[in-house]
Amino acid sequence: MPVVTIIWITEGTWQAAVDAARTLAPPGAEFTLLHVSGGEAAGAAHAAFAGLLGRGGRGRRDPGDRLEELSEAAAEELLRAAGERLGRPATVLRRRGRVEREVVRAAEDADLLICARDGDRERLGPHSLGPAARFVVDHAPCPVLVVWPREAPGLESLPPPPPPERH
Amino acid sequence: MLNTVVAGVVSAVALLSVLAFAVARPRRLPEAVAAVPAAALVVAIGAVPPGRAWTQVRELLPVVLFLAAVLVLAQLCDDEGLFTAAGDLMAGTCRGRPERLLGGVFAVAALVTAVLSLDATVVLLTPVVFATAARAGTRPRPHVYACTHLANSASLLLPVSNLTNLLAFSATGLTFARFAGLMALPWLAAIAVEYAVFRWFFRADLAAWATPAEPAGRPRLPVFTLVVLALTLCGFALVSLAGHNPAWAALAGVLVLSGRALARRRTSVRELTGAANPLFCLFVLALGVVVKGVTDNGLGAVARHVLPGGSSLPALLAVTAVAAVLANLINNLPAVLVLVPLLASGGPGPVLAALIGVNLGPNLTYVGSLATLLWRRVLHERDAEPALGDFTRLGLVAVPATLAAATVALWVMLKVFGG
Repeated sequence: MPVVTIIWITEGTWQAAVDAARTLAPPGAEFTLLHVSGGEAAGAAHAAFAGLLGRGGRGRRDPGDRLEELSEAAAEELLRAAGERLGRPATVLRRRGRVEREVVRAAEDADLLICARDGDRERLGPHSLGPAARFVVDHAPCPVLVVWPREAPGLESLPPPPPPERH
Repeated sequence: MLNTVVAGVVSAVALLSVLAFAVARPRRLPEAVAAVPAAALVVAIGAVPPGRAWTQVRELLPVVLFLAAVLVLAQLCDDEGLFTAAGDLMAGTCRGRPERLLGGVFAVAALVTAVLSLDATVVLLTPVVFATAARAGTRPRPHVYACTHLANSASLLLPVSNLTNLLAFSATGLTFARFAGLMALPWLAAIAVEYAVFRWFFRADLAAWATPAEPAGRPRLPVFTLVVLALTLCGFALVSLAGHNPAWAALAGVLVLSGRALARRRTSVRELTGAANPLFCLFVLALGVVVKGVTDNGLGAVARHVLPGGSSLPALLAVTAVAAVLANLINNLPAVLVLVPLLASGGPGPVLAALIGVNLGPNLTYVGSLATLLWRRVLHERDAEPALGDFTRLGLVAVPATLAAATVALWVMLKVFGG
């Protein structure tokens, strides 16, 4: 049975996830490139336009509509670039909705989910995993491979050990 | 003639209907379709005597014509590629670091809002910012949110930055340059606080390195357009100093740019008329008459008791808070029409504080007012608005902080330079 592997493609960090799939996924793995559009940006633009009370005359285009088109095009482009970088046959899966929930749902029948960290890498600790990645790691129905978007930090990133307890 | 209470109630119902219609826009009918009959109604029942309604329309007409000129100016700048050039400029600042792009977006959105009004930022700049973020390979959310937030919080600087400012401008008794001078520090304070909040709130998105995109090449700046825009800005200050309406300077800028664009067949009279949005102008005039009916028949007397007088810091903060709440309950357009006549006798301080409230307040609710939000929820239930929680959390942090910072800054300016 081939290992069904989902690669979660996100802006800014997708290259690391694709590279990990190429080097770390077992031979014969079956790849799916997954992108989820949250729609927040277009939603915010729709809302800002609605807040301009009375300006919705004819010929005045709601910028949210334009953002939806642009966001479709950007997602297509991202998946195309990811497929090219992967260099192997892959299924493309596009979803819309709450990003972290859609990723978990998409991983229902998967054997492996590969994603990149998206948190704050200046301060390693709980926040070095962003909210969406944190949710996915907590709820994924399959093993998750979390990779660093750039080179992994060295051992010098270990915080000083806590002081020994006195008895 | 009806008694005051009945006239007040009828006017209030008329106002709420006008606002509901403007939000719902059944069959995408223009907002004026409800506002004009409502204005006729409040005049017909005697809530606003015809003479007073006419005075209101005459006072508002130059204001809406000024706004129309600024809207056309923004469209002409877009036609000449100014916003595309701004996108290239922002992409140039990014160089793989999303937080640098955020800085660029803040600078450009603050300037566009101040000079070409918040409409330009929302309608023309937001798509450019999204495209720039996508091209740079960064997550678009912080940058697009920055645009929608700055459209409100960077609209304090000039009378032309926001229709609310234009509506209040003559009541402040200030010249164009003096208005800008007093509001410069509140403007900067609001932007600085927004920036700090954004860097913290979106730290995860901003930490994701962008793909170093191919260099965008030197942006092609529309020099002629920029020069005309700069001259128009100087014109605002000079014409106002000479005691005339600065709208004339806007008109001059529009004539120069539209003359050139028409001669080069880059636009048409039809497109320019569309950009001026004449039905919106009509809507504002009618809305002004309906609001008059509400304030003249009860609300004004009540509000006078609630609103504190003077330009002390607590008084200014109270006015800002009342204005922000009102802007969130109804919308900042009717809010400013209600508040300005009540505050005008107190000098520029309270009026400017009210502007801070009505301009920054709308960032609290997703669509600029609670009423709009509720209506949209009722009407578009199928539209799952995923960002609602995030956006509201962002507003809960940013709005009180920007309101306080900007009002304190205004108080400092009034102390140092006097009203």
